[in-house]
This record gives sequence, structure tokens and C-alpha cells, in this order.
Amino acid sequence: MNDLSNKGPVAKPLPHDAALLHVTGKARYIDDIPMPVDCLHLAFGTSPIAKGRIQSMDLSEVKASKGVVAVLTADDLPFTNDVSPSIHDEPLLSDGTVNHVGQPVFLVVATGHNLARAAAKKGKIDYVEETPILTMDEAMAANSRFEDGPRIYTKGDPAAAIDAAPRSVKGTFEIGGQEHFYLEGQAALALPQEGCDMLVSSSTQHPTEIQHKVAEAIGLPMHAVRVETRRMGGGFGGKESQGNALAVSCAIAARHTGKPCKMRYDRDDDMIITGKRHEFRITYRAGFDNDGQLLGVEFHHMTRCGWAQDLSLPVADRAMLHADNAYAIPAIRIESHRLKTNTQSATAYRGFGGPQGMVGIERVMDHIAHDLGLDPVELRKRNYYDAPNNRVRADNTTPYGMEVTDFELHGMTDQLLETSDYAARKAEIAEWNKGQSRLKRGIAFSPVKFGISFTLTHLNQAGALVHVYQDGSVHLNHGGTEMGQGLFQKVAQVAASRFGVGMDVIKITATDTAKVPNTSATAASSGSDLNGMAVKAACDTIRDRMAEFLSERHQCDAKAVKFEDGQVIIGDDVMTFEEAASQCYQGRISLSSTGYYKTPKVKWDRIKGQGRPFFYFSYGAAITEVVVDQLTGENRILRTDILHDAGASLNPDLDIGQVEGAYVQGTGWLTTEELVWDDKGSLRTHAPSTYKIPACSDRPDVFNVDLWDGRNPEDTIYRSKAVGEPPFNLGISTFLALSDAVSAFGDAYPALDAPATAEQVYTTIRRVRDGV
Amino acid sequence: MKKIHVTTTVNNDNVEFLCDPRETLLDVLRDRLNLTGAKEGCGTGDCGACSVTVDGRLVCSCLVLGAEAEGKKIATVEGIAKGEELHPLQHKFIEYAALQCGICTPGILVAAKSLLEKNPDPTETEVRYWLAGNLCRCTGYDKIIRAVMDTAADMREAS
Repeated sequence: MNDLSNKGPVAKPLPHDAALLHVTGKARYIDDIPMPVDCLHLAFGTSPIAKGRIQSMDLSEVKASKGVVAVLTADDLPFTNDVSPSIHDEPLLSDGTVNHVGQPVFLVVATGHNLARAAAKKGKIDYVEETPILTMDEAMAANSRFEDGPRIYTKGDPAAAIDAAPRSVKGTFEIGGQEHFYLEGQAALALPQEGCDMLVSSSTQHPTEIQHKVAEAIGLPMHAVRVETRRMGGGFGGKESQGNALAVSCAIAARHTGKPCKMRYDRDDDMIITGKRHEFRITYRAGFDNDGQLLGVEFHHMTRCGWAQDLSLPVADRAMLHADNAYAIPAIRIESHRLKTNTQSATAYRGFGGPQGMVGIERVMDHIAHDLGLDPVELRKRNYYDAPNNRVRADNTTPYGMEVTDFELHGMTDQLLETSDYAARKAEIAEWNKGQSRLKRGIAFSPVKFGISFTLTHLNQAGALVHVYQDGSVHLNHGGTEMGQGLFQKVAQVAASRFGVGMDVIKITATDTAKVPNTSATAASSGSDLNGMAVKAACDTIRDRMAEFLSERHQCDAKAVKFEDGQVIIGDDVMTFEEAASQCYQGRISLSSTGYYKTPKVKWDRIKGQGRPFFYFSYGAAITEVVVDQLTGENRILRTDILHDAGASLNPDLDIGQVEGAYVQGTGWLTTEELVWDDKGSLRTHAPSTYKIPACSDRPDVFNVDLWDGRNPEDTIYRSKAVGEPPFNLGISTFLALSDAVSAFGDAYPALDAPATAEQVYTTIRRVRDGV
Repeated sequence: MKKIHVTTTVNNDNVEFLCDPRETLLDVLRDRLNLTGAKEGCGTGDCGACSVTVDGRLVCSCLVLGAEAEGKKIATVEGIAKGEELHPLQHKFIEYAALQCGICTPGILVAAKSLLEKNPDPTETEVRYWLAGNLCRCTGYDKIIRAVMDTAADMREAS
């Protein structure tokens, strides 16, 4: 990578690019885009049962309902009936069978959103009900799964190591799923164009996938479908594939009626129809010596994938790839069952299985620390991978054979222990707890090592398109999407730095499949890594052309041309960037370029579980203190201290925002956010009245968040690191703190399940205290 | 169904509209008056994304009927800035990076402004509990609370 010197806006704590629009209410989300008055609105009629066949369908009342223009079933679809992002197993509308409560069966097209929804309730459908497979146990018993059998990754002989170990623990751990609860529900709109072309606006993390599925559904090549995404009101993985159904419906209805069509899910529909984080059950057995050194670990992962494959295989893979978290485990076996059930098709959610894998080993460490009566931080440090500058272990590779060469956690842990005053507080808490009968406090540390790259290796590529206009203004476009994370601003900071201009020169534009094709989802935390590099490549191409032309004209070396502070310095001459652009234009220099980037070094075999799936690792560490009430199980967070590794941050304000939000979201997953399905497979927690994401009042009383002063040893954009998902895992410290507090009520290991709702904490306290 | 004729004030502008008797104030604002700053997050009054004030009282506009606006003063996020001049809360939300995806931001600003009008010197706990009805999935709330507290301090100093 040439010229890393940074005189531009990179690394500056600039606000979100749309902050002014956000605070004035002028930022447009899909449902805010002005539409022609003849715009039609869509809603799905959905299945009330979890499994069965459709015997007969009477949609006459739906068709007669006020405002209804058309009602479509699978038979009316012109081309492919599929919205799956993976293996064509997810019909847009039921193909005669239904596989979960909430599955779309027919599509209503009406003159208003509420009219469409009201009509959708009027379908009269007779089903032949079949016995659904709802739980993981039922799925295991019926061998209802994706793939031919479990995936198994092995290193060494863990069974022998555990059997021979001085001590061992074993247990089973339930880990609930999680609803994304993006505040903007899924939404899309389609505007039919001349010929048969289709313009789609979608709240999606993956415009290319929307384009692909829309093109299939209306029988056109991808070049006839253009998808645009300016922003999402939150994504979190929930808009990686789950927007397909809405965009495809809009395009089909627009083709059918010739009119613009819009669809947005009401919150309840959104929660009932769309996929969520995968629920896991992890069974473990671990052997260790009397000092807590791990000798062998066995994990058995069961994951509830729901009815369609969606992204479940790479999610379950990533859980396996994070089963070690930060620990060098000499012998380990991970067996992963991807179970097919008659529930919503579980999907991508921030961390993509990584958090489930990681909380598994953190649970093991918690159990071992309890068993040995050893300080949990000390235990963890003893098992850390070696730091690059202090190699002691003969083997510093992960369970999948990747050498860990960038391990940052030794230094980060020591710094966080000091800034959080961990040792003194832990002692004070132990003393305080002795004097309490009703309340107990707990404190816990958890580290994060998170692998960065799409594990589906070919997705690690990105494109950009940059124009410099003759007035010196710059139009910036790339394949990444903006969901609130600040990607657009971070990438614009890169562009401004490459041209040596101010941020006001750069125009950030909506993601558009007509500008940059064949993009990957903005996912896997890869947005700024991939798109930042692609934009850099495009900017540098233009800059080099400008430098060559100007150096010739001014008879100096092209290398001596500098772009900084809004000026171009050509030997002894100086001109504004605007003037330089104008001269280049008049000199017939192309001022437009694409840019392209593919991540180097990544290569692995997902069946064997061997190789280098990740370009590098991002690290983080958190210490959380909680208090619990044994009469009610109620609890709150008293203090949180976080130190997170964003490499050389492209924008510390935006990155800290990601860390704080991710921690709170991770904490929500493991504490208050409980998804409850009844014994018929119907999701009973389908609105914020019953599904509790953290609120303002739940925020830690004291919340100290810092970025680690580091830089990425790998050649990433300005040596920064990905930051979207890794800090989600910091929420594990909250769960461990609750376990610590509960353990103060008795001698037994709490074996807390997740989510640790007040009810779960209450029953676990009873078990620890009274043995019931 | 016969439409209702409503005369009201929105952000100090006199406004008239016809609406269905069952239509929510949120739908009226968004679909009839093109004021799309208030958002529908849940439609059940649990998320606060549609917060507006009616005669100074903070409400979820998804739980108010459009017809109820008759003769009232409605204030939305679009009225918080005076022309190009931002309200101190808006400045602080930008300065503190108290927003990410931004879709909860209008509701939170309306709610926070309503708090500061009632209580110019709120404790942190009062801010947290006042805003507990406004869900944000992105930020983790810390920057929001600090932005509101700091705005309150500045506004007290200025008055």
C-alpha cells in the first residue's frame, strides 16, 4: 500500500454524514420517499399453522375487500417462486405446503397500506395440519436437519485429554435467539420503468441480492433491474436476506399492475414473518489441570435454523470458528448440528453465530473458575493465545489450524483491569455481599477475539465508482450500505484524504447496483475494510492520472505532485484542487474511475475446518458489574468498562458509538430479550410490549468506553479494523456478572441459561441457594 | 366512511385536512401533511418513534386519532429548528454522535425537548426514565443521555 501518510480527515471524529438530516427529521427512509399518487400497497396473508398442506383456498372476500386491486398466489407468479439467498428452498408464496406460523401464503395489492393489511386477514384457507417439528430435541429425534449430518472440526484427541485431565467439568447451556428489532421495519418499493425495466428501492444490506432475486422473479436479466438503497433504519443482519420477499413482491405487483408498489411490514408482521438470531444449545465437557490450564474441550452445538436454509450453514460454521474465543486449546472437538424446524428461518444477526460459539467457551471458563475457586480473569489469562512479541507456546493455532499472529488481549486486559480498578472492586464486592441477604453484586470480565472476513471466501471483494467533476467536486459511490454504522462517512473520509480535500468536496451517494455491480452484503463487519480499500483504489487511479498530466505540464516528477489541504502542489507551483480538476478536464484526462479490492490471504476448507478463514482478528475486553435481587430476580448493570480494538480507527466517535451500541445489544440478547413460541409454533413475543430490548433506563449507571491504541498489523485501510460485530460479544460480560452475583447465594455452580431474564435469575438463585 | 374535516395547528402553521375517523394522527402527519419526521416503529405506543406533542403534552401519535387534533396545537420534529437555526438539542445530538441510523432520533428529540420544557434541570435518572419509552436499537443510549444533560446545562446557563 503506497503512501499511508494521512493529512486528511481520516481518523478525525466527524459526525455521521446524515446527522443534520436525522435531527431535523429530513432523512428519508423507504417509507418517507414521496410516491406517485397511484402507488399501491402490499400485504401478505400468512399461515396460522406451523406445518401442513393447503387443501383449499377461498380468497373471494379478500378480493372483495375495500381497495383491493389484485390478490396473488403462487400460481399467479410469472417466473421463479423463490426468495432464498442460498439454495432455492424458500418460496415467496406457499407452494401448497406451509412450514411455519407466519409464512406468506398470498399477496394482497391494494390502494392503501391498512386496506391491504385488513384484506389479508380475510382469506379462508383450509389446511391439512401435520405435526410440526418445533424444538431442537424433536428435530434431532426426526433427523430433521440441513446438510447430510453434523459438521465436525477436530484438533488433537480431546476425549483422551479430558479423560486423563486432573479435573473436568461438563454441562449444557441454552442460548436463546434474538429479534433484530431494527426500528425501521422491512420495506421496499418498486417503480416500473419503460420497457420492462424495474427500479427498486429497498431497505437492504444487500442490494445486489435484491437485484438478483427481483430479476429472477420477473424474468429479466440483472441489467434490467436497478436497486437503490440510501439508508436503513437499522439492519444488524436482519436486512441481509429478509428484505428479498418485500422487494420481489413489489416488483411482481408492479409488473402485474403497471403501477408503483410499496410494501412495509407492520411490526407484528415483521417479527412473525422474518428470521432471527439462531437459538443454540451447547453441551460441553472440558478437562484442565489444577492451575486451570485447559487440556481438552468438547463442544456439541445444536442450532435451530428454522424451516429454510437461508444463511444457517455459514452462521453455524462461524459459531464453530469462535468456539475457542481467545484461548489456545491443545485438543478440541466441535460437533455442529444444523436443525430444521417449523419456525421462522433463522438468519444473519450481528456476529453471525460467532457470539453463540464464543459464549459457549466463556461459559466453560466461568464453570472452571467456579470449580477451582480461581479468579476468572487469571484463569482466562493463563489460557490466552500468545502475544506476537512473547511466544511461549509450541502451538499457537486455532482449532481450525490458523496461526494467531496478532493477539492483543494481554496488553488490553492489563490496561482494562487497571482503569476499571477490577481487583479492588472485586474485593469490595465480596465484602459487601457478606453483609447482604437480599441483594448481591457480581462482577465479570470477558475478552473477545473475533475473526474478520466473510467465511464464504468469494464474498471478500468490493467495488467503487468515483467521479471528479470539472469544478473539483467529487461524487463517491461504493457497494457498501448505510444502516447507521457510519460507513458512508468513514469511506468519505478515506476519499477526502486521498484527494487532500475537505469533506464538503465529497458527495456521498446512495448504494446503487447500476453504479457498482456484483457487490457483497454489507455484513461480516467488512463494510469499511472492503469499500474503504475499493474507494482508495478508485481515488488513487484518478489522482495518479491528474498527477501525471499536471507534472508533465509543469515539467516536474509526477511523484512530486502532492494533494493536500484542498490544494495540489506541483513542484514549485500550487493550485486549488478545483483548478487542477478543471485543467485536467481541459487536458482531456479521464476524471472517473472504478476501484476494486479483494481481501488477500484468506483460504480455507469449511468441510474440514482447516485453513485461514480470516484476514485478521479484532479484539475487545469488558468488565461489567451488576446487582441482583433474590426476591424477584430483578437486576441492573451498575458499571461497565470497555476497551476495544478498532486498529487505527478511521473515526473514533463513530467507532465508539458502534462499541457502546453493540455492547448494549449483546447484553439485551443475553438478559431481557426472550423469544417465546407456544406449543403450536406461534411466536407469542411479537411486539415491543412483550419483547424487551434494552431501554434508556437499562443503560449502565457508569459506562466507560475506550479504544485500544493500536494499529492493524495487516494491510487494511489506514491500518483500521472492522468494528460492527466484534463488540457485540462484550455483552457476554453482563451475563457472566449475573452468574457471579447468583453464585454468591450458595455453593453450587449457577449454570445460568440465556437469556438471563429476571425469571431465569430468580429460579437460578433458588437452585443455588436452596437446591430446588 | 364519511371523512372528518379537521382544523388544527402543526408547528404553528394553521392546517386543515380531511381524514378517515379511524386514521391515526401519525398517518395524517405522514400521508396527508407530508411530515415524515415522525416514524412508525411499532404502531402500539411502545417504541416512541412517532412522538409528537399535542398542546404541549408528549404523545405517541400512533395512539392518537387524526380527528383528535381538532383545535389543538401539534408540534413535530420538523418544528424544532427555527428555519436554518438548530435547537440546542439538535446541535448536541450531532456533537455527541447521539445517533446512528437516525430513525428514532426525531421521536427522542421531541421527547427530550418536552422534558426540558417541563424540567430545565433534570437529574440523569429523570432523563433516563423520561426517555425510557423511546427505543433506540443502535446507540446504547449513553451519548443520548449525555447530550440531553449537557443541553439542559447549556440552556440553564443561557437563560
